[in-house]
Order: sequence, then structure tokens, then C-alpha cells
Amino acid sequence: MENSLDNNLMRLKTEFAKMCRIAESMLEEANALLIKADKEKALEVVKKDKLVDDAEMDIEHGCMRLLLRNQPFAKDFRDISCLLKAITDVERIGDQSADIAGIVPCLSGKIKIKSIIDMGKLAVEMVRSSCSSLINEDIELAEKTQVLDDDMDRLFDKALGEIVDVIKESSEHAREVAELLMIAKYYERIGDHAVNICEWAQFGNTGIHKKTQ
Amino acid sequence: MKVKEIEKFNLEETAINIQNANLYYGSFQALKDINMQIKKGEITAFIGPSGCGKSTLLKCLNRMNDLVENCKIEGKFEIGGRDIYAQGMMLQMLRKNVGMVFQKPNPFPMSVYDNITYAPRLYGIRDKSTLNEIVEKSLKGAAMWNELKDRLNKSALALSGGQQQRLCIARALSVDPQILLMDEPTSALDPISTGKIEELCSSLKENVTIVMVTHNMQQAARVSDKTGFFLLGELIEFDETENIFSNPQKEQTERYITGRFG
Repeated sequence: MENSLDNNLMRLKTEFAKMCRIAESMLEEANALLIKADKEKALEVVKKDKLVDDAEMDIEHGCMRLLLRNQPFAKDFRDISCLLKAITDVERIGDQSADIAGIVPCLSGKIKIKSIIDMGKLAVEMVRSSCSSLINEDIELAEKTQVLDDDMDRLFDKALGEIVDVIKESSEHAREVAELLMIAKYYERIGDHAVNICEWAQFGNTGIHKKTQ
Repeated sequence: MKVKEIEKFNLEETAINIQNANLYYGSFQALKDINMQIKKGEITAFIGPSGCGKSTLLKCLNRMNDLVENCKIEGKFEIGGRDIYAQGMMLQMLRKNVGMVFQKPNPFPMSVYDNITYAPRLYGIRDKSTLNEIVEKSLKGAAMWNELKDRLNKSALALSGGQQQRLCIARALSVDPQILLMDEPTSALDPISTGKIEELCSSLKENVTIVMVTHNMQQAARVSDKTGFFLLGELIEFDETENIFSNPQKEQTERYITGRFG
């Protein structure tokens, strides 16, 4: 038997999927800008962040309204809780992608640190899979995606080593490598947000959140 | 016989133990192999659609079904380890220690004071100061002493519905029960009176084990420690209230509490 809660929840999930897609595309575009050192299009990515922020507000309002009006229980309650929590992570992913794009105009493009490029690729994979795990209620995918965070942490350590090597070689690009270090940190944080989304996907399905076990 | 002379149940951690309980109204089986342990000092909610057996089970706990024609009860109902259906079980002792509050407020057509002192008097208390103490203690226990201390001689029927229901709780408390059975105690009340009774339950549970039948899911989620879901005479699921309402293990429970039953 379908009811208005089902319909509204379905609508919010669709909105969430769209929000994820925008954040994911921002991250992909920020990565491309970084690889090409493309300064022109950075602003476009930064501007997209508003779409993610607006989506967060809309979904948050929709979830609050369902909590207030329907006082849901069981799977409905968990689904709404998951959405409310996950939108914060997706919003942060959007922010950090915009931050990465915002740094690109400050870079000369002369310094290339491979591990950071790899972090960017991994971040896209983690964001895509984590959002998909929540939208499609795919616990296996959520578990697999969480494991990738170890790779992200290893890449971050590697990038740090590469950055230190560049600084040791010459102080000429000190400012630029500092900016690159921030980008590496943003990617690492995006990985953490993806893990959070996976944990909410698991909670939505099983009622068990890893951190409360 | 005075109230203080009536024996109390020796409640251990498990206040109520129900084992393999079956109940038949003639050929109709209203309860099917119920097993549950209710802990002392907790509020336990029974939920389920109308006719699922929750009120029937509640009534078994102070033998309210005894006078129902063609009612046959099987299995074990223990309170404090004592079989309440055993021969020699004194109903007076059972009903004093296991009080009951019903869906509709049912004050006696007499004064507030007489409503509360009715049972203590029945149990032999005549001393005016003792009765006064009981009235004050019971009304304070039901959080209505301040409201009614100057109206003790007024008719209970002149009180509002919410006040009447709290008076009935105060009346039940007058004989210092160990267990309070509540059958949809707030279904006829407005939200403010409901809130007061829910608060009352939470404050009483330190001294009284409460078993409550409710059709209000939010109420069960708000006030109870454990929740049992009944369907067609069976106890489908019995667990911590938080588990029942956030992550029920049985599909029937999930369907009922999310309003998708049927």
C-alpha cells in the first residue's frame, strides 16, 4: 500500500541523487582543471556549489517536514535520518571541490605531483560509489568503498613525501606546493565524507551504524 | 485487614513471567503461546491492531478474565515468582498489588477524597490522619495534589476528563501497588492531559512496574522501555522500544508501525 510518505521519500531520494551527481561533476571538473592547469573554467565549478547548497536546503526541509508530519518509524525513519546526515557530507564534498577549483588559478602548472592526481581520481570513485551505495541500498558497495579510504590515506602520505621533496629541492615554488598540499588535504577529506555516506547507507539498510557498535 | 498487612509480591529483576500462555473465549483462541518476561521498574508497552489480544493479556495479569464466561486460560502467569492462577492465590492480594487504569476515566460518583480512600477503607483503614496521608501521597504521586488539595470534597465527576483519569491513577496508587496495568489510558484525552499522564508514568516507574496497552505508536516510543507487538493473538516481537521503532526484526512489526499493514 503506497502512501504520501512513500511518495515524498521517493522524491527526496531523487533530489538526493541529483545533488550527488552535481557534487560528483564538480569534483571531476576540478580534477580536470588541476591536470590541465585551466584557470578559465575554475569559476564555473565554484558557481556550481550554490546548486549543491540549494539542494541541501531543499532536502533538509523535506526531511524535517516528513519527520514533523509523519513521525516515521523503522525503515522510513532510518531512510530519512540517512538522507539528513548524508546531505551534509555531499554538501561538504561540493564545498571542497569548489575550493580545489578555486586554488587552480593560483597554480603555475609547473609543479605536478602524481599522487595528488591519483587522489583526485580515487576521490571521484569513492564519491560515486558511496552515493550509489546509499541511493541503491547496496551494502556490499558501501563496504568495498570504505576500504578504498586506506588507499586514499596512503596516497596522501605519498603526496606529502613528494611535496617535501619539491621543497627540499628549491624554495622557489614554496607557495605553490603549499597550495597543492591543501588540495591533497581536500581530497583526503572528500574520502572521509564518502566513508560517512557509506556508513549511513549501511545504517539505512541494517539499522546498525558502525560508529555506534 | 489493613493495607500494610496485605502481603506484597517479592519482585526480583523479572516482575512478570508469562510462559506458554493460551487463552480461549469459547472456541476462539485469543492468545497463542505467549512467552514474555517483564522487568521490574520498567514501562512495557503492548501495541497491535484491535483484536490482537493485547488487552486480553493485560487483563490476565490481575485475573480480570476470571468472570468472563467460557474463558479458558492455559500456561503460567507468575508475578514475583508466584503463579497468580494457582489455588490459594488471594485475589485481594493480587488486585491490591496489581492496579489497573482503564481507557475511559471511571471515577466513583463521590468526592475526590472518597474516591481515593475507597480502597484503603475497604482494606480496613479507619484512622482519619492515615487516610489523609494516603490522599495526599496518592494525589502527589499522580501530580495533582496542588490542583485538588482545596477541592477534596468536590465531586470527582466535576473534574475534567484528564483530571478524572489522573484521579483514577491516584486511586490506583492509594493502595501502593507494585504493578500498574494501563489499558489505553490516554486515548480519550487531549494532548496536554496525555502529556501529564505520560510524565506521570515516567516518574512512577521507579516504584511501580507499568504495563500499558496503547494504540498510539508515538506514545509507546516516548514512554516505554520495552515494546511488544501483538498480531492475531501472537506476540510477534518483544524488544527494547528503540529497537522496535528504529529497526524491527519482523516484517509484520515493520509493516504495522509504518502504517503499511493490510
